[in-house]
Amino acid sequence: MAEPVRRTPALRRLAARLGGAVFVLWAVATLTFFAVRLIPGDPAEAILGGPGSQASAEALASVRAEYGLDQPILVQYLAQLGRLAGGDLGRSYALKLDVGPLVLSQLGGTLVLAGLALALAWLIALALATWSTRGGRIAARVGSGLEIVAASLPHFWLATALIVLFSIWLGVLPPISTPGPAGLVLPVLTLALPLAGFLGQIIREPLLTALESPFVLSALARGESARGVRWNHAIRHAAIPAISLSGWAFGSLISGAVVVETVFARPGLGRTLLNAVTVRDVPVVIGVVMVVAVAYILMTLLTDAATRIADPRTRAR
Amino acid sequence: MSDLELQAELGLGARRQGATRRPRRIAVAEGLAGAVALFLVLSAVMPQLVAPGDPLAIDPLQAFQPPSLPHWFGTDESGRDLYTRVVHGTGNSLLIGVLATTIGLGLGVLLGTLAGMLGGFVDFTVNRVLEVLFAFPGLLLALLVILIYGPGVATATIAVGLSTAPGYARIIRAQLVQVRSSAFVEAATVQGLTPRRILARHILPNTLAPLLVLATLGVGQAIVWATALSYLGLGAQPPAAEWGAMLSAGRTYITSAWWMSFFPGLFIVLTAVTATTLGRAIERRMRHA
Repeated sequence: MAEPVRRTPALRRLAARLGGAVFVLWAVATLTFFAVRLIPGDPAEAILGGPGSQASAEALASVRAEYGLDQPILVQYLAQLGRLAGGDLGRSYALKLDVGPLVLSQLGGTLVLAGLALALAWLIALALATWSTRGGRIAARVGSGLEIVAASLPHFWLATALIVLFSIWLGVLPPISTPGPAGLVLPVLTLALPLAGFLGQIIREPLLTALESPFVLSALARGESARGVRWNHAIRHAAIPAISLSGWAFGSLISGAVVVETVFARPGLGRTLLNAVTVRDVPVVIGVVMVVAVAYILMTLLTDAATRIADPRTRAR
Repeated sequence: MSDLELQAELGLGARRQGATRRPRRIAVAEGLAGAVALFLVLSAVMPQLVAPGDPLAIDPLQAFQPPSLPHWFGTDESGRDLYTRVVHGTGNSLLIGVLATTIGLGLGVLLGTLAGMLGGFVDFTVNRVLEVLFAFPGLLLALLVILIYGPGVATATIAVGLSTAPGYARIIRAQLVQVRSSAFVEAATVQGLTPRRILARHILPNTLAPLLVLATLGVGQAIVWATALSYLGLGAQPPAAEWGAMLSAGRTYITSAWWMSFFPGLFIVLTAVTATTLGRAIERRMRHA
């Protein structure tokens, strides 16, 4: 009897999740479509280079026809939804390129940067937390102080400080992101350090609590090594709140990428977004926003799965 | 954004372990943070007292001086004294942070209270709205606001406020729901207290008290975000004495004059660390009270 009871909710759960994902995507697309209508000025004029371009009436009319701007707003909205559903992100005003391929070409660089930073941040946070939970009171104080300071470092300042230290004074690493591993070191460090501070703050308390709990004692009594207990049992407990906050970490990485890619002149999604906001290239902004929303939704689905792996208690639910 | 959820999570963790903390050790960090906060507020309210010079006075002969006794933080490309400029920038930067937090917290309280108190359809709707807003993570919502209304101090402040609102709303709703279903509210109901009295005496105080903590933590974060926008050229513009704008101006001379970027940033870090330390201290106090 237990079998069907457990299965149906799992399927229904998956369906609800997917439905929720589609709803969020539709809402993001709708919100951005109507939000950009609030931009003052004529979009056709913006496409032709802004109010200073003195575009002729015919040029404006032809641009309106080309971009469908002469249609009623509802028609434009439905057309945009249809295009987005088919994966077509429209055409950049400023660069005169299709947004889809443009965004895709920038996505890789940002994924490499964010992925490496995330991995390094976890490594630093775990190392610091395990070291400082083992090292007594002084170590705990130093560890938690370091975490607060690291978490408070703004990306733009940290990047500047690292450039001054490693590129200008020591001269060992390039100040702008050159292709190849050397150019990645400073950008990845800049993104990873504040994130490591936040992660460390989250995992410290649950790690301590877990290490003092009865199941650790019983694992030790069964003959497991201290290291084995730490990594097999305690870390799992510490990881659960951190995983559940990965939505926050994702936002931090994306915001960080905007700054880091700009400071280090590194091609990527963040820099593309900032440039597009600065010159008001609406289709590119919408394109990046849609890609980020899709990534965010995928990540929340993954987070759900990761929680189930780290915390067996949630699997029965 | 859910940086505040992070802080809420930290609060939960601390609550579990809080009793074992030594009060004396806390006092040192708290005292330091309090002193820094006092210095920052003084710089914001009466900058002349802390740095008597003129933040806009140029002296081309003294351009690009490294830190020295007459110029503690060095000078910039026009020979303006950086210590004076950083101190005079405190007011702008703190004001932006406080205003942004007020906007975010105000909206968050409104949405969170609606959802948490009315429940049902309103709760469902607010939750869907928040879910959608969370799909614009981090600075993304702020950038969208700036895309629409153009760069500037006012837009950047509102943008940062708006992008923090969903995080606040979620925490406040969760807090309300938790308090409403707690044992003491149940006890009050059993005792026959009127709903109005339960709301005023039990639910609201227990929901609103954590707001002080959220606000303190939030101001630090808002300042970091607003200065980031200024740094990216979307907020306050140079030569305004605002920390982000000063850092942005220093970027051009980074190879020759590191102090132009270092000291404004140091004040941002100092503010953020102070806000975190004070927020945690208040939280701990309220827990033990």
